[in-house]
Amino acid sequence: MTQLACSTLVVGGGPAGLAAAAAASGRGDSVLVVDDNAAPGGQIWRGGPASWRDARAIQLYETLQRRPHVRWLGGSRVTGAEHARALLLETPEGSRQVTCERLLLCTGARELLLPFPGWTLPGVTGAGGLQALLKAGMPIAGKRVVVAGSGPLLLAVAQSVREHRGEIAAIVERRGTLGLAWFAGGLALRHRAKLRQALDLRASLRSVRYLHASTVTEAIGARHKSGDMRLHAVAVERGVRSERIACDFLACGYGLTPSLELARLLGVKVQQGRIAVDAVQRTSLDGVWAAGEATGIGGVDKALAEGRIAGLDASGLDVPRADLRLRERALAFARSLDRAFAPDPDLRKLCRPDTLVCRCEDVPASALAQFGAWREAKLVTRCGMGPCQGRVCGTACEFLYGWEAPGVREPLFPVAGANLASVPLGEAVESDSIANAQSLSQKAEIHL
Amino acid sequence: MRVDTPDSGALVVHVDGVAVAVSAGMSVAAALARADILRTRRSVTGQARFAFCGMGVCQECRVTIDGVPHRLACQEFCRPGMNIVTGGGA
Repeated sequence: MTQLACSTLVVGGGPAGLAAAAAASGRGDSVLVVDDNAAPGGQIWRGGPASWRDARAIQLYETLQRRPHVRWLGGSRVTGAEHARALLLETPEGSRQVTCERLLLCTGARELLLPFPGWTLPGVTGAGGLQALLKAGMPIAGKRVVVAGSGPLLLAVAQSVREHRGEIAAIVERRGTLGLAWFAGGLALRHRAKLRQALDLRASLRSVRYLHASTVTEAIGARHKSGDMRLHAVAVERGVRSERIACDFLACGYGLTPSLELARLLGVKVQQGRIAVDAVQRTSLDGVWAAGEATGIGGVDKALAEGRIAGLDASGLDVPRADLRLRERALAFARSLDRAFAPDPDLRKLCRPDTLVCRCEDVPASALAQFGAWREAKLVTRCGMGPCQGRVCGTACEFLYGWEAPGVREPLFPVAGANLASVPLGEAVESDSIANAQSLSQKAEIHL
Repeated sequence: MRVDTPDSGALVVHVDGVAVAVSAGMSVAAALARADILRTRRSVTGQARFAFCGMGVCQECRVTIDGVPHRLACQEFCRPGMNIVTGGGA
C-alpha cells in the first residue's frame, strides 16, 4: 500500500480545516488536508472555490494555494487508525496509509435527522441536505418546497431555494414566537451583525408563508408515473389546527450534531456529544487538536477562530489574544443558539409505530421500542447494521429512546473489499503500480 | 495547495440507459433530478429512495456508476459518458 507522510494531518476541509491548515503551514511544515468531498469548503462553503462569496473563504484559499507544502486530498475518507499518528485512508486511487506528527480533527457536523411518518419518501431531504444538493447543481426551478424544522438554517435554506428559482410553499418553524423573539433579543444585545444578517434574510423572504409554532407531522406520498411513490404533500400541525400543503420537496432538519466517529475511534475524550478541548484546542490525546463544529455547534465564525488557534498551537506558535477574543465571541453566539433551538423532546411523538427508524434495514419503531439498549436492538432487528453504520438511526435512537450512541467500528465508512484485505497498518509498502492494479480489481466488490 | 476542479461546459451522462444533458459540476444526484428520476436505490423492502442527507452520511443515494455499485450520487460529480444505473437493492 502506498504511504503518505506529513507533519500535520488535517481531517476535514471546511472552514475550521482550511483555517487550521493555513495557520499550521505558516512556518513551512508540510500539511495534508483530507476531505470526503472533491472540493474544499465543507458544508457551509460547499460547491468549491468558484462558487464562494465569503471573502474569508477566498482569502484562505488564496493563502493555501501559494503554499506548495500544503496538499489537498479530496474524495477521501479516513476509514481506520492504528493510532493518532498512523491513519488509513480510502482515496479515489485506492487505500493509503498516512503518517503524521500532529493530527487536527476538523470533522464538522451533520444534520440531526429525526424520524417522522413519510420521511423515507423520495423528495424528503434534510434542510441542510437540500441546500447541499442545490449547491451540487440539483435543479429545483418551479418546484414547490416546504422548509421545516427548527433553527436559523431554515431561512438560509429557503433563500437558497429561491436563488435556484424554486417556490417556497411554506417555512414551518417548530419554535413559537416567544422563543424566536428571545433569540432575536439575545442577538440584539450581543451579536448585532448576526441579528442584521437574520433580519435581512427574513426581509428578503417576506412574501413567503412563514408558520411558527408549527410542525410537519407527516410527509404524504403519491404514486408517480414512474410507478414509485414520491412526496406529494405534507401535513402541518399548529396547536389543534392542521392543514395539508402540497409540495414537491420537503427540506426538514432540527439542527446539527457533531461528527465524532474518528474522535471516538482514536479514544479522544468526548463530552456532552462534542470533542472536549482546552484553551488552545488540544484534545485529551497528545498530538491531537480539534476545531469547528466537532467541538460544539457554533457556525463558521467559531470554526474559523478555532481552526486558526488549533493550527497555530500545533505548529508551536503562541496564539494572539485577538484570536482568543474572536473565539470567545463566537462561543457566546453558539451558546445562545443552543438555548434557543435545542431539540424539543416532544418531537419524539412524531415517530409512529410503523415509522421506519432505520432507513438502511427498514426497521420500524414498533420493532425497537421493546428493547432497553442499542446493542440488544441491533442484534435482534439489524437496526444500525446497514451502510450508514448507525449514523442516522443511532442518533435517532439516542433521541427517541435515550440509548447511548452506537460504538464505532472500523472501517468508519463502507470500503471496497480489496482495500480491507490490503490493510494491516505498518505492513510492507507496495509500489504505486501494484496499488493501482489493485484498485482496478476491487471495483466489483464492496464490504458493507 | 492544488485542487483539481471538474471540467467545464455541457456533457452527457446516461441514466438507466437514457441520455441526459447536464452541466459540468453537477452531482450525479442532480443529474437524476434533471431527468426527473427521484430514485437512487431500492430499500430492503423494495421502496424507492432518493438522496436524503445530501452530504455522504445516510447512504440512501447509492447507485451503480460505470459498473461500480454503491457509489454515492450526492458526492460524485458527473463525467462525460458516465453510465448511471438506479434501483439497485440492498
